[in-house]
Amino acid sequence: MKKWIWVFSLLALLTAPALVSAQMPTMESLIGADIRQTCPDPTNLPDTVTIGSLLTLTGGASVFGVSQQRGIQLAIAEINNSAFLGEGVTLEVIFEDSASDNNQAIAAMTKLVEEDRVIAVIGPTLSREAFSADPIAQDAGVVVLAVSNTANGITDMGDFIFRNSLPEASVIPGTVAGAVDQLGIRSAAIIYANDDDFTVSGANVFREAFEANGVTVVAEETYATGDVDFNAQLTNIIAQNPDALAISALAVEAVQIILQARAQGYQGVLMGGNGLNSPAVLQQTGADSEGLIVGAAWNIGSPNELSAAFKAAFENEYGNLPDQFAAQAYTGAWMIASAIRCADSTDSAAVRDALAALEMETPLGFFSFTEDRNPIHDPVVQVNRGGAFAVLGAE
Amino acid sequence: MNLIQQLVNAIWLGSVYSLFALGYALVFSVLGVLNLAHSAVFMWGAWIGLLVVTQLTLPLWIAVPAAMLGAGLISVALERTAFAPLRARGAPRISQLISSIGASFFLVNFAQLLFGTNPERFPIGLIPAEAIPNLPFRVTPIQVVILMVSVVLMALLNLLVARTRLGQRMRAVAFNQRTAGLLGVNVGAIYMITFFLAGALAGAAGVLYGLAFNQITPFIGDAIALKGLTVIVLGGLGNIQGALIGGFVVAALEVFSVAAGGSNYRDAIVFTLLFLILLVRPQGLVGQKEQTRA
Repeated sequence: MKKWIWVFSLLALLTAPALVSAQMPTMESLIGADIRQTCPDPTNLPDTVTIGSLLTLTGGASVFGVSQQRGIQLAIAEINNSAFLGEGVTLEVIFEDSASDNNQAIAAMTKLVEEDRVIAVIGPTLSREAFSADPIAQDAGVVVLAVSNTANGITDMGDFIFRNSLPEASVIPGTVAGAVDQLGIRSAAIIYANDDDFTVSGANVFREAFEANGVTVVAEETYATGDVDFNAQLTNIIAQNPDALAISALAVEAVQIILQARAQGYQGVLMGGNGLNSPAVLQQTGADSEGLIVGAAWNIGSPNELSAAFKAAFENEYGNLPDQFAAQAYTGAWMIASAIRCADSTDSAAVRDALAALEMETPLGFFSFTEDRNPIHDPVVQVNRGGAFAVLGAE
Repeated sequence: MNLIQQLVNAIWLGSVYSLFALGYALVFSVLGVLNLAHSAVFMWGAWIGLLVVTQLTLPLWIAVPAAMLGAGLISVALERTAFAPLRARGAPRISQLISSIGASFFLVNFAQLLFGTNPERFPIGLIPAEAIPNLPFRVTPIQVVILMVSVVLMALLNLLVARTRLGQRMRAVAFNQRTAGLLGVNVGAIYMITFFLAGALAGAAGVLYGLAFNQITPFIGDAIALKGLTVIVLGGLGNIQGALIGGFVVAALEVFSVAAGGSNYRDAIVFTLLFLILLVRPQGLVGQKEQTRA
């Protein structure tokens, strides 16, 4: 069976790469305006500056990757149309598909770094793919900017590894504290996939956050990625009658867990990590996810004017509303472009230094990096009201 | 109450596993080849059922026969393109196995091209989600329907293979293709019928699975493909009763290892037991030594 996956990976590798340099009507964007002030127009850049993007465009987690690709393509079009890297300089992205598979992610990262010789890579989509593939870029001294990896320890892989996605460790404690404060939760259960770095670290943070807020964890259950039937685990959990159920899962499994928990008669509060932060989860669970609480780095209702501009441009281009994955990917592409502009160089080490020092207004809020290349900006606690995420307490 | 609920969980999950694994077992019993595109046919069954309901706005019950017919035809096309040409040239069985993997890629990627990668659902409210009241355990009407349809289909297949002239011919071809041909059995037709039946079962399993979990993507076959293989190895390769029992055994092992508090070790428990069973009975739970396949 493993060989099967490999053959598929090779096929995907052969068919997936697509060069993108979209053309859109010229317009000066709000985002990047502060960088235009702080860094002068670059003069040393070649006509074409090439970066890579490694996303999971097929496979189980493709819901996230496709959204991210759209965010990046929108940003690249804006960057090129506003001549952000100087007149006549085109920023080009080579997209590679990791197919939600770690081995495929390694192969694709190797291609981007060794064959395409990109300056920087945006991605990969999943934390487990990042743990597999990022060391290749680190060894070659190529910048990696994760735009959705939220597991602990991503940037510990090396000084070229950055992320603009708030780790679960920064989002979940605030989410739990807000929910306990407003809803009076005293006991909780946790369900998570035990074969995925992202969901395991999410569960660990939930456990600590519950304890820190005086909530007793009465049950913990695990499953394997790809499972569809969670009735056995949920039967165990419901027998303990917890006030809240924390779900540390990716979207596909989260939908099933929510539906099956409600079908088994669970009435308590549902809470989730970053994987549940998608309109698709709400849409596919309908009334069953009413009141679902999810912490987030970004909310579509954000009053931030850069966020509103991004939302309008995205909807205009694709005909649907962006999710957080699109927002972070869009921001990531702008951050890489800003670092290249400020470095005025295609040398990956110079771009790395410029990125580390970057401070800019983004749709996520005012953004900067910590010393260990993790993001600093304010999270939001969201609650599902009638099929859309609103900000908890602000309704 | 908890134990009864877990038993209900196991029976219902087992019926889905068994129904899926039957098609695997049927093809293996007649051809001696694993059809690894079976999970792709399963996925197509789910999509056909969904499209019949959402696009043609036909009532829900038509989804099952429509999916069985559609998936059966896809399965026959599979036999004509991926298996028959290789068999005609006397290619080894491993080539047919590889060919079926290729066919599976094609079917999954074609579905991805047509339907995209976002999950599709039967409209909310179409399937009653409320549990049946006044029972000591929770079970939804759709779960009961799925169990009943599965059991009926499994019983019909068993009757067909064991009691009819067609079943007799299928068993003859399984026993020895050449001898059966010399005795006047139309071997090509038997192969096509076998694939049609296997495809129809996969299609039924697909649409029932789609109704049960209500989340249909081109990738839903991936998860169940491995379970199906586990089931038929456990049951005895190509043994139809074995696939039936194997499905319920695997589901029960999964559910009760979780119920016993070992959700972290669920797969370890299932596969360790599988290993032990095969160590004692290499022919599977109900398999017999060679000869009497099908």
